[in-house]
Amino acid sequence: MSQSGSTGLSANTILAQITKNGVTHVVWLPDSETNWLYVLMKAEPSLRLVPVSNEALAFSAAAGLSFGGRVPLILIQNTGMMDSGNSLRGWAIDLSIPVVLMVGYRGWTRHGVTRDSAAVYTERFLNAFGINYYLVESDADAGRISLAIDEARRTARPVATLIADEYHGFNR
Amino acid sequence: MIEVAEMLKVFQEHRGDAIVVPGQAGRHWTTISTRPELDVPLIPYPAMGGGASFAFGLALAQPERKVVLFDSEGALVMYLGILATIAEQQPGNLYHFLLDNECYATTGGQPVPNAKATRYDALARDVGYASTFAFDRLEGFATSIGRILSAPAPAFVALKVRPEIQNVPVAERKGWATRTREQVRDDLQKALGISGGR
Repeated sequence: MSQSGSTGLSANTILAQITKNGVTHVVWLPDSETNWLYVLMKAEPSLRLVPVSNEALAFSAAAGLSFGGRVPLILIQNTGMMDSGNSLRGWAIDLSIPVVLMVGYRGWTRHGVTRDSAAVYTERFLNAFGINYYLVESDADAGRISLAIDEARRTARPVATLIADEYHGFNR
Repeated sequence: MIEVAEMLKVFQEHRGDAIVVPGQAGRHWTTISTRPELDVPLIPYPAMGGGASFAFGLALAQPERKVVLFDSEGALVMYLGILATIAEQQPGNLYHFLLDNECYATTGGQPVPNAKATRYDALARDVGYASTFAFDRLEGFATSIGRILSAPAPAFVALKVRPEIQNVPVAERKGWATRTREQVRDDLQKALGISGGR
């Protein structure tokens, strides 16, 4: 979360986007940009947090929630997403689960050379699976979370938001 | 060792209006079940290892209704961490049956790691499931099924079952799906009164 709130991405802003779109469950595995979001989500009575031990489990759990009529959101890091390709394919894409993946974009930078291979392969991975995605760098981009949720519902497919505020992000 | 089909016939008598996620037992369950609208056979299977978390998600979504999963040990050991998630979240309506045939039956019967020694009911108990059971004979299971389905949940039921090994090319195997996955979802949601879910 940016101290000034003018250039960074606020956890409050993300939470507002989640709650206003009727998300009922956040299936997640913590990563380095979610501390503040965790505290806020825990305090939000309309949300149930569902922790998983491996990101692959997030996709099948979300599928079960969706089959049962709930609105899940998956909150994981790009590393775990790439580790979970088969679950993403089988449990989310093939079952037409309308779910947003909120993905911590480890290693992303707008400036200079991207050195972290986690970032190098993230968008290539999403493109390989045909998953549309939106970059969310600051509060000004927050509306893209609503766009992604709406697109997931319309298309009955997973849609990703790439949370690109890691190194000066929610841990402050 | 328990015959899966015989075990399912016993279970059917006690099933009530539970949602059933049959997993690999679906090949028998589809001909035994009398409430197919509440069954969730997913064929082709989405991805091995996700059945427990799928049923867990379904249980969270429908807390007023029992959800019964027939899992297999080869799938469970892929992502054992789901036991910790289930134990932490304590879905009081999830009944997690494990069909342990000690092998990968659909690939020709190769052994699952540590197949003879792993006590899955002990794992579930120690991680924090509310109730755990283990059976290797149908008679014991049959006399206990009523008690199992009224026990505090999440409940875990480890069953040693006879392997039904498939050793022919996949393309030559007889399919057992009677509905598409979309039909399965739609039938379930209609039965549960879920509208506008997608």
